[in-house]
Amino acid sequence: MKRLQPLLPFVGVAVLLAVWSLTVWMRVVDPVLLPSPFSTFRAMWTGMTSGKLGLDFLKTVERTVYSTAIAAVIAIPLGILLGSSEKVYRSVEFLIDFFRSTPASAMFPLFLVLFGVGDRTKISVAAFGAALVILFNVAYGVMNARKTRLLAAKVMGASRLRVLFDVMLLESLPQTFVGLRNGVSLALVIIVVAEMFIGSQDGLGHSVFEAQQLFEMPRMYAAIFAAGVLGYGLNLLFLLVERRFVHWSGK
Amino acid sequence: MAGAQSIATADPARKVHDPTHRTAPHVTIRGLSKRFSDTAIYDNFDFDIPRGKLISVFGPNGCGKSTLINMIAGLFPVDAGEILFDGQPVSKIRFGYVFQNYREAMFPWLRAFDNIAYPLRLMGVSKAERTARVGKLVAHLGVKIDLALYPYQLSGGQQQLVSIMRALIVNPEILFLDEPFSALDYEMTLFMREQLQRVFMETATTMVLVSHDLEEAVYLSDRILLLSRHPARAVEFVAYDAPRPRTLETMSEADFISTKAHCLDVFQREVRKG
Repeated sequence: MKRLQPLLPFVGVAVLLAVWSLTVWMRVVDPVLLPSPFSTFRAMWTGMTSGKLGLDFLKTVERTVYSTAIAAVIAIPLGILLGSSEKVYRSVEFLIDFFRSTPASAMFPLFLVLFGVGDRTKISVAAFGAALVILFNVAYGVMNARKTRLLAAKVMGASRLRVLFDVMLLESLPQTFVGLRNGVSLALVIIVVAEMFIGSQDGLGHSVFEAQQLFEMPRMYAAIFAAGVLGYGLNLLFLLVERRFVHWSGK
Repeated sequence: MAGAQSIATADPARKVHDPTHRTAPHVTIRGLSKRFSDTAIYDNFDFDIPRGKLISVFGPNGCGKSTLINMIAGLFPVDAGEILFDGQPVSKIRFGYVFQNYREAMFPWLRAFDNIAYPLRLMGVSKAERTARVGKLVAHLGVKIDLALYPYQLSGGQQQLVSIMRALIVNPEILFLDEPFSALDYEMTLFMREQLQRVFMETATTMVLVSHDLEEAVYLSDRILLLSRHPARAVEFVAYDAPRPRTLETMSEADFISTKAHCLDVFQREVRKG
């Protein structure tokens, strides 16, 4: 039994594939709406290797990476600055919480006016959403630095600046990574939605939407799965980076 | 206040002491007052900490044992009063502080070695000298810990030992320990008492230990400061002169038992007053 333990995560996948195949085989759902797993994965394979899906995938990766990077570059230093003084943070907390709660998709028309139709709008809306999530997490990470650790540094004679760089910054890293993971997920959501509508020519969102319009169901499912793979992969990537560089997280 | 008056040595001029003057008190506390919201924890408190002795602070819960050393070490501001080390303020002296919660006091992103060397880095000591000084301290104390490990890879006792070494690396004039062993299991506590006693015998640094364990307080100390409920007074400053190194056998000697019983008596009298 023990030796089979590592296989547990695959049980759910196998059950899903089995139920899906059975549904198709028993014709519970119209086969036009639900293609078989085989034809879906074949569409995914050909799309990724020789079709347009691979290009769309890369486009979405590019936009998500850009927006997350812009968000991180702005939000991490700002979060540290705000978090290092609780009074400053409290004075802007409402604004951050308000815009964090505002659906970023509601900002599309505004950003369209500002940046026109094209990548700049998509990337800046996604960056806007991700930046607030990252900012909030970084600021809280800095503010919630263990009091004892700050006192320990102070007792050893560290200046305020040294405490900030030697302790607060490192203390906030685990929370910063939580922010980055949430931020990249949100950026991906916004990018995919943006690719569906405003004058898009490429990207996974466009691919899903176009396949649906053309009633090419295997291709649509393939694009959905590709988006899933991307989201999961980005999250995993950040987790691995965190485990490598923030080795003390959760210990 | 009568008790506190009899303890404080008469030194109205409070002149700057010559540090080599070994019989002068190391730390003089005069007119210390501290309030937390409505409660006066200290009200015009006077006390002298003798030089080169290990003293323990013991008293009822919430009487302000930790607050006292936190104020002496400058972690908490005082409302009124003066605390001087050989006539100097805390900002002018080198001291070490060991926290109860070693897990939160260590820097988990630094290896044990770099944790110990961190105060030297703050002082701008070169890497070569940092390595040399940590090596010297390790040899001096006979510590057998792999210092290349991160704190979370060490046992609780090892972590606390590392944090004691971090406090000692600057050759402090005085070492404060805030319930340093209370988060450890009994076996580790016994071991750590031996380690601390050894450090004290090796370095003869003035040490102020806050303890909630009377056995530990008496066993380790030259003098035990018994505090009253707040506003805290020094009820008694009990002397215990058993020769060092003290061992587990020391704890069954008549002298130890009677000192501990006396402290417990005073303690219970103070607790009942509340």
